[in-house]
Order: sequence, then C-alpha cells, then structure tokens
Amino acid sequence: MFEADSLAVIFVSLMGFSLLLYAILDGYDLGVGILLPLKQKDDSDTMIASIGPFWDANETWLVLAIGLLLIAFPAAHSHIFKELYLPTAVLLISLVLRGVAFDFRAKAAFSHKPTWNKVFKVGSLLAAMSQGYMLGMYVMGFEDTLAAYAFSLLSAFGVAAAYAYIGACWLIMKTEGALQVQAVNWAKKTGLICFIGVIAVSAVNPLINPDVYAKWFAWPTTLYILPLPVLCFALFVYSQIQLKQLPAVDDKGCWRPFVAAVVIFSLCLFGLAFSFFPYIVPGKLTIWESAAAPESLSFILWGAIVVVPVIISYTIFSYRVFWGKVQELRYN
Amino acid sequence: MFETLMLSRMQFAANISFHILFPTITIALSWFLFYFKLRFVQTGEPVWMRAYRFWVKIFAITFAIGVVTGITMSFQFGTNWPKFMETVGNIAGPLLGYEVLTAFFLEAGFLGIMLFGMNRVSARVHTLATLIVAIGTTLSAFWILALNSWMQTPQGHEMRDGVAFPVDWLAIIFNPSFPYRLSHMVVASGLTAAFLIAGISAYRLLKGDDKQAPKLTLKIALTVAMVLAPLQIFIGDMHGLNTLEHQPQKIAAMEGVWHTEKGAPLLLFAIPDEQNKTNHFELAIPKMASFILTHDLEGEIKGLNEFEGNHPPVAPLFFAFRIMVGVGMLMLIISWLSRIQLWRNKPLPTWLLRVLVAMSFSGWLATLAGWYVTEIGRQPWLVTGILTVKDAATDIAPGNVALSLSLYLILYVVLMTAYLHTIFTMANRAVEIEEITDDEKVKPVVHSMPIKESNYV
Repeated sequence: MFEADSLAVIFVSLMGFSLLLYAILDGYDLGVGILLPLKQKDDSDTMIASIGPFWDANETWLVLAIGLLLIAFPAAHSHIFKELYLPTAVLLISLVLRGVAFDFRAKAAFSHKPTWNKVFKVGSLLAAMSQGYMLGMYVMGFEDTLAAYAFSLLSAFGVAAAYAYIGACWLIMKTEGALQVQAVNWAKKTGLICFIGVIAVSAVNPLINPDVYAKWFAWPTTLYILPLPVLCFALFVYSQIQLKQLPAVDDKGCWRPFVAAVVIFSLCLFGLAFSFFPYIVPGKLTIWESAAAPESLSFILWGAIVVVPVIISYTIFSYRVFWGKVQELRYN
Repeated sequence: MFETLMLSRMQFAANISFHILFPTITIALSWFLFYFKLRFVQTGEPVWMRAYRFWVKIFAITFAIGVVTGITMSFQFGTNWPKFMETVGNIAGPLLGYEVLTAFFLEAGFLGIMLFGMNRVSARVHTLATLIVAIGTTLSAFWILALNSWMQTPQGHEMRDGVAFPVDWLAIIFNPSFPYRLSHMVVASGLTAAFLIAGISAYRLLKGDDKQAPKLTLKIALTVAMVLAPLQIFIGDMHGLNTLEHQPQKIAAMEGVWHTEKGAPLLLFAIPDEQNKTNHFELAIPKMASFILTHDLEGEIKGLNEFEGNHPPVAPLFFAFRIMVGVGMLMLIISWLSRIQLWRNKPLPTWLLRVLVAMSFSGWLATLAGWYVTEIGRQPWLVTGILTVKDAATDIAPGNVALSLSLYLILYVVLMTAYLHTIFTMANRAVEIEEITDDEKVKPVVHSMPIKESNYV
C-alpha cells in the first residue's frame, strides 16, 4: 500500500512521462503527415513507410496519458475536457481521419489515393493544431478573453511547427538521397519557427500567471532552474549547426538532430510541469485535491510497475526490428 | 429542441456503436490469422500464406478504425459523463487502466511486426507476434467486459459519501454477469469474423476466382460458424437465466411481460404498447417463455408491474432481442446447410453463395442488437442501483454537443462507406491478380507471367 499523497505525485509523474512519450513519438509521425508532399508520389510513399510500423503504438501513449488523467484525477479530467470540449472533438475527428487515411490510401481504389493523402496531411495538421490550441488554453487558465484565444491560436501553430520539426528530424534519420536533403531544409525552417514558439510561450506564461512568475524568479530556485532554458537554447543552436552539415559523408550524425529535438521536447515539458506543479488545473485544482482513492491507485500502480517496463522493452524491440533506413512497406 | 442529456446519450450511443463494430471483427479475426500463420509454418503450403496475406490487410484496416474510434471513448467519459468517473471512477478507472496497459500496448506494440516485419524477424518471432496481437485483442475484451458487467451487476465495493470504493477486486472483476457476458461477446466476435470471412470468400468465388485460398477460407469459416452458432445459443440461454436472477426487469421487457404471470407464453412477435401496458398483434407459443426461463411450464415470470418507474423502455428491448435471436437462428441454418454441402464434396450453389455474401456483416447486426438489449436494458441506471444516466450527464451547452454529434455522424457515414468500399475493392483485386510471389515455398509452378500482387501499403 502506498501513501495517498505520494500516490498523487507518482501518478502525475507517470502521466507526464506518457504525455512526453506521446509528444515525441506521435509528434514525429504527425510531423511527417504535416510535411507530406502531395505532388511527389514516391516521396510520400517513403515518408509514410517510415512511420507505418509505429503510429498505432505511438497513439496508444495518448490513450495512456488521458487514461491516467481520467483514472487518477477524475475531477481534473472532467474540468479540463469540459473547458476544451470543441477543440477535443476536432482533435479526435482529425486523429480518426488521419488514422484511417493511412490505411485507405494504400488499400482503396488507386484513383482515390491522392484524396486519402490529402486527408492524411490535413488530419495530421489539424490534430497537431488542436493539441497546440488546447495547450494554449490550458496555460491561459481557460480564460474567455481575446488574448487567450489569440495566444492559443499562436500555440496551435507553435505545436504544429514543433511536430513538423521533430518529423523532419525523423526523416533525416530514416531516409536517403533527395528526400533527406529536403528533410534537412524542412528541419531548418520548422526548427526556427519552433524556437520562436518556445520563446513566446516561455515569455507569456510567467507574465500572465503570477504563480508561475514567482516560481521561476525566486532566489535561489532561479539558479537551479537556469540550466533548463540555457540548455534548451544551446540545443536549438546545436541542431541548426548540425543541420548545416547534413547530409554528411557516410550519413555520419544523421541521428543528431532527432536526439536534439527529443531533448528539447523533454526540457519544454519539464519546464511546463515545473511551472504548474502541484496544480493540475492551473490555479484551481491541485493533484491532491483531485486524486482518486488510494486503494484504486495502489491496485493500478502494482500493475503499472510490472507492465510499463515490459511495454518499454517491446517498444524498443519493435524500433530495433525496423532499425535503419526505411524500406518499402510490405505485408510479408 | 434537444437537451444536453439526450444529445449526450445519442452521441455516446453513436460513438460506442460505431466503435464496437471493429473490435468485434478483430478480436476473432486475429485468432483466424494466427491459425493461418501456424498452418503455414507447419505445412509450408503457400495457400495458407495467401490466405494470411489477404486477411491481414483487412485486419489492419479494421484494427486501425478500431484504435482511432476507441481514442474517442477515453475522452468522452470526462466530457459528457463527468459524474460517472466522480462516482464510480475508483472502480472503473483501474479496469480501464489495466485495459490500456495490458491490452492496447500489447496489440499496438506487436502489430507493426505482425503487419510489416515478416522479412525482418524470424518466422518464429513473426508467428509469436501474431499470437501476441490475438492475446491482446482478447485481453482488451476481458477488461472492458469486466467493467461493463460490473456496471450491470455491481459488487465488491462499498459506498462512502456517495462515492464507490473498491473492497474486493476479485469480486469486482468476476461479478455475477461477467463470465456470461464475456463468453457471449467472444463467441459473437467469432461468429462475426467467421461470417465476414465466409461472405468475402463467397464473393470472390462468385466473381470467378478459382484460386485455392478463398475456397479454403470459406471452408474454415463455415466450420467455425457451424460450431459457434449452437454454442452461442447455449451461452445466450445461460446469460438470459443469469439476467433473470440479477436484472429481472430486463427480462420482463425483453419478453414483453407486463404483468407477473405463471406459464407465460413466448412472444414471437408483438407490438408493445408502453401507454396501455399491453401488447398488440401477439403471435405466441403458449407457456414457452416460462419453460425457457424457469425450465417449468408453469413457472412464474415477474412482470414489469413489479418494477414501476424502475424498468427500461420495452419496445427497443423487445425488438432488438428478436433481431439478435433471428439473426442467430439464420446463422445456424446457413452455416450448417453450407458446411454439410461442402462436406458432401459438392460446390455451393450460387444462391447459397449469394446468401453468404449478403450475410457478410450479419454478425454486426446481431452484436449491435444484443448490445442494445443489454445496455438499454440497464436503464434508467448507468450503474445499477448506484448512479442513473440522468445524474451522470454533463452541463455543457446543448449547442456544443449538437455540433460534435453532427460532426461524428458525418464522419461515421464517410468511414463506413470507405470501409465497405475498400474491402470489396480488395476482394476484387484479389480475384484479378495472381497472388503467388517468388519468396513463397512453392513447388515449381508454371506461370507464363507471374504478376505480383501489390503488397505496397
């Protein structure tokens, strides 16, 4: 049996971990969808093949993250999603559309393929943007003001750019030739937009939330937390320098931009978590106020302790099986 | 016009009805695929691999729709039914959590290897991946039916200040209606997949496909249907007796028994009249309902009069139940008729093939009708005796729910059209294209122009 207070912390950490894995993993496959060229048929086939074996499992991390919110913090779940009712509906419909488009584009009549490609691209873009919009509204405390909507819209473009950025980095790692060169260009541009977006969110967040301001700018916490933004900035610079040198001879370092993007994503999420902890609904509800019964959380935690490492190991196994440059996807 | 409660109910019904269609196929189809793969490994006969390859694509597309429409569910509890999680979240949460942890990840994690990894892992690992996906889909049914059954027949919990707390997890999971509902659903999935395989195989034969694979899959599917159809009737009967014990008002509505009576007749058809609490145009077999439910011709069946204000609407249950049973009987007749014909080494006549094609999705009809019986039959409760549907609903503006509901409905119409169209396109393509590829273990076959089937995703 675990203590009620520590259970809430354990579960919010687990949820943050799933959310981070979701943002990285589904982030790159949504990004690939956003970047999908509608004209070059071969490129789009290769790009889709690079995410084919993974996207199902990637989306499962969203189900886990939202599931953990629902299971561990039911009051917060209903509060947040009542506020975000319509963007949630848009997100879900976009995810459905892009998910089925992935399968239909290959299996429906050949003449319909360009249509499903479009659906895949638009669905990916809308899914990313609605997530960004939801993030923006969350940071703004679900305010019903013009400023909040404007900021959320900005955040929508920011998250779409971030996903496109990690998607481009994924493609640099998984592809060769002209497509790889194209991916490097995409990564440079989207990386820059993403960088501006991160700065915008980091600036607005403490300015509108006094609690967040107090947290970041309280001596000596500032000193401990300072490496976070510095490291994030350094990684953006590092990534741009690396991108200038790619593609390199023997494909040396093709994985570096992707790893840099993964670390940037992790730092940003950690920064957000640090800003709001222990609130799960900013300014309204803490994790302890909204946590479910300890006997229920203990029951599920024992399972999670056993199962999550297993999930991670077979996820790694699956990535190893499809390691290296992408090949034509075949059902054999 | 409509209130938020009604719109939320319609939206939930639309989402769950659409979603359940796809897992109903994949739960059993995954086991069929495992069987095809296993037979290929054992015999090396390429026909098994061709059967596998054709059906794994249909599995992929069905599974994908199941996954993405399932994501909707994890959001909807909070958005439209906030009191549900606030009241019974301590029970429902962990059961849903275990479903995600033990089933969803298992399926999704090994699906990539199952679909695209055949050349990248050993044959053994690939067969294992196929088996794990099948186990995952079945585990998923286990957890979700445990939760659904607990909502029907709750036990193993205690109420403190209006909130349910778990006391005994084994009692919660293995609640009284769970074993029956789980077996009923798993067998329903088996019948649905069997009739889908039989129907699409029959379609290929009708289109002049003279390859071995559709004949083989037709035979296997009919064998499975022939065994499962009577088994399902037996399980359904046990499930009914269990319901009579724990939710007698549901049985009373299903059978249209308005007043408690001894020696109640079995109504084959009637039009229930909720206003006057009676039935019109009854077509009945005397004393049969009492006999089926109590195994005694003069047995007493409690009528709806004993559950005043606390029983489900009668007409939807009455009709849905008859649709389910009717389709089930048709499945029994057609599967036996066709399988015996094949057993006598005679090809199926065209009319029978056409009937099988028409019945490709008959499993969907029976499964949906069955779920409507069990879910509408729980009304007015969301969780029997603990929480009513009315009390669980959200207070979001009705306009928002109306908008999301309309979007979902449009989406589902588009998806269903595309899904059905794609399945038959794939069947047509399989008829036209020779499916033999060089990397199969084929005995020397003479082919003037071996055209490869497009395996490209």
